Amino acid sequence: MSRIPACFERCRSMGRKVLIPYVTAGDPGLSVTVPLMHAMVETGADIIELGVPFSDPMAEGPVIQRAMERALEHNVTLDDVLDLVRDFRRQDSTTPVVLMGYLNPIEVKGYAEFAVAAAEAGVDAVLVVDMPPEEAVDLVAALRQHELDMIFLVSPTTDTERIKAITAAGSGFVYYVSLKGVTGAGHLDTDTVRDRVSEIHELTDLPVGVGFGIRDAASAARIAQLAEAVVVGSALVQKVEENITSPGQINSAVTALLGEMRQAMNADDTN
Amino acid sequence: MKQAGQLTEKYHLPDDRGHFGPYGGMFVAETLMGPLKELREAYARYLTDPAFQAELDFELQQYVGRPSPLYFAERWSKELGGARIYLKREDLNHTGAHKINNTVGQALLAKRMGKTRIIAETGAGQHGVASATVAARLGVECVVYMGAEDIERQAMNVYRMKLLGATVVPVTSGSRTLKDALNEAMRDWVTNIDNTFYIIGTVAGPHPYPAMVRDFQAIIGREARAQIQQHEGRLPDALVACVGGGSNAIGLFYPFLEDTAVAMYGVEAAGYGLETGKHAAPLCAGKSGVLHGNRTYLMEDAHGQIIHTHSISAGLDYPGVGPEHAWLKDSGRANYVAVTDDEALDAFHALTCIEGILPALESSHALAYTAKLAPTMGKEQIIIVNLSGRGDKDIHTVATHEGITL
Repeated sequence: MSRIPACFERCRSMGRKVLIPYVTAGDPGLSVTVPLMHAMVETGADIIELGVPFSDPMAEGPVIQRAMERALEHNVTLDDVLDLVRDFRRQDSTTPVVLMGYLNPIEVKGYAEFAVAAAEAGVDAVLVVDMPPEEAVDLVAALRQHELDMIFLVSPTTDTERIKAITAAGSGFVYYVSLKGVTGAGHLDTDTVRDRVSEIHELTDLPVGVGFGIRDAASAARIAQLAEAVVVGSALVQKVEENITSPGQINSAVTALLGEMRQAMNADDTN
Repeated sequence: MKQAGQLTEKYHLPDDRGHFGPYGGMFVAETLMGPLKELREAYARYLTDPAFQAELDFELQQYVGRPSPLYFAERWSKELGGARIYLKREDLNHTGAHKINNTVGQALLAKRMGKTRIIAETGAGQHGVASATVAARLGVECVVYMGAEDIERQAMNVYRMKLLGATVVPVTSGSRTLKDALNEAMRDWVTNIDNTFYIIGTVAGPHPYPAMVRDFQAIIGREARAQIQQHEGRLPDALVACVGGGSNAIGLFYPFLEDTAVAMYGVEAAGYGLETGKHAAPLCAGKSGVLHGNRTYLMEDAHGQIIHTHSISAGLDYPGVGPEHAWLKDSGRANYVAVTDDEALDAFHALTCIEGILPALESSHALAYTAKLAPTMGKEQIIIVNLSGRGDKDIHTVATHEGITL
C-alpha cells in the first residue's frame, strides 16, 4: 500500500498542510541525496519528490535542467535512483517517496520490471511528466499491481472533461501545475490558482498539491491556504547548485529555505 | 507481420490519438495537451477547407515555385549502368530545400488560428531559414532555437535568419544541438501558448505534427507520381530518400504507399560507420523509446538516456526519427538502410561533376544509396530519388573535410 493516503490523512487530522520538496537524485553526486532527504524530513517535509535524471527534460526550467546534467555527468541511472530510495528506507519507513521524471528510462526498463523494482525499493508513487493519462493505461496497470500510485498533472490549460479523466486515472494526489511554463518560472498568480484548485476539488476527492513557481516562504504560505499540499523544487535545487563546490553546505542551505516555508505554512494554518 | 511491399489494405494512419501501430502518440506535459487539441481541430478544419487549400496552392506555386521538376539524370544513370534515375528537384524550391513546403503550410495555419508569433527549432539552419522566410512573408514575429554548437558550424544560415528578421536564440543545454533546440522550443511554447505557433520542421513531435507535416510534404510524392507517369507512362520501381527526422522521405513515400509494387528505401546517416556507434541511424541501429512527444526508434543507451549522434550532414544529425517511419519499418512496407559520411561525399562529388547539380549533404545520402541500388536493377527499371536540398550551404563542410581552406 502506498504511504501517500495515510500521509495526507495524518496531516489533515493535525491541521497541517503537506510540504513536498523536490530534489534531483544524484545531484551533484549520489552520496549527497539520502542525507539530504533525511534532513528535509527533519525540517518538516511530509513527502519527498525525487527527480530521476533524464537527458532531455522538456518541461524543466534551467535550474532543474542543470541539476539533471550534473547527475548525468556521473551517469546516474534509474536503478541508482531506486537504490537511493532503498537506502533512505533503512531509516525512514513512513515518509512517502514520489519519483518524478520522464518516460524513456522507465520505457527502456519495461513497465512491469520497473513496477516490481520500485515497489521493492520502497517507492510510493510515480509522476511521469511526459505521459498524459491517454498514454498511461499500461503503466498505471503495472503500478497498481504493486500498489503504487501514479500521479498526474493538471495544468492551467486542462479543461473540465480532462480533469475528470485525469483524476479518474490517477491516485495519491493531483499535481496542479500553477502556471503556463516550465519549472522554476516566476509568474505565479494566486487568484487563478485558487479558482482552478476549487474546480479540481469539486471534481475529485483526491488531495491537490500545487507546484511550479513557489520559491519562498511567502508564496508557500499563500498556496498552502488554497490546497492540501505545496510542492517546491527549483528554489531548493538552486540552493544545491549554489553549494556544489562545498557539498557539506548543501543540507543546511536547502533546509534553511525549506524550514522558512514550513514555518510560514504552519503560521498560516493557525490563522 | 507483413512482408516487404505487401501492405494491401487501405492505409489510414495515424489513429485519432496519433498512433502508427505502437509508435507516435502524444507524450507531452499536460500543459501542452490543450494547445495540441486546438491545433488538431484547426488542422482538421482547414485540411478540407477549399479557401485554405486555394491559398496554400497559390503560395506553393507563386512563392515556393512549385511544381518542382522531375529530372532524368541521364548521364549519371548511364555511368551507374542500371536503372533509369530521376531526381525530384526539391533543391530548386525557394530557400533551396523541401523544408519550405511545410513552413508555408503551418504558417498559413498559424495565421488562421490568430497566432502572432512563430517559433521553430533548427539544426543545420534550413528549417530555421524556411520558418524565418514565411514569417517575413506574413509579417509575424519569428524566434528560432538553435544549438550553440550548430550556431558555430552554420554561421551563414544564422545570418540569413537574422537578415530575414528572426531572432536566433542559442541553446546551451544538453548536447547543444538539434535535439536540445527542440526541447527549448517546447519550453517556449508551453510558456507562450496563448499567442505562439510552434512550427516543427520534421515528421516528429506529438500528434498531430507527424501527420500534419507529412500532409504538407506529400506534395512531393503527388507531383512525382504524376510526373513519372507523364515521362515514362508508368510508376517507378523504387523510391529513395534520406531520413533524419524523415519529412522529405515521407513526403515522397506517402502518395505511393498503396502502390505495393513500388519499393521504398529510406537512407539514414551511418556517420563513421554503424559499427563505430558514431552515427545517426536509429532505424538501422537504435531501439524503440519515447522522446519529443512520440514513441519511435531512438539512439539511446541501456538506461534510456539519449546519446550523441554523428553525421557530416547536420540535417540528419538527430537521435530520433518520425514515428511513421518506425511503423513503415516494422510493417516491412519501407526498407531502411544507412550510408557513411564518406559514401555520401562520394555521391556529392559524382552528382556535381556528372550532372552539374550540387546536392545537399543530406540528399547525398540518398544519392549514395542510389549508386549502390541502381546497378543491381535492369536498364528498363526506374528509381526516383528525392533531391531534397541544394548543397551550397555545405561547401564549407566539404572543403574543410578535404583539407581545403576557402
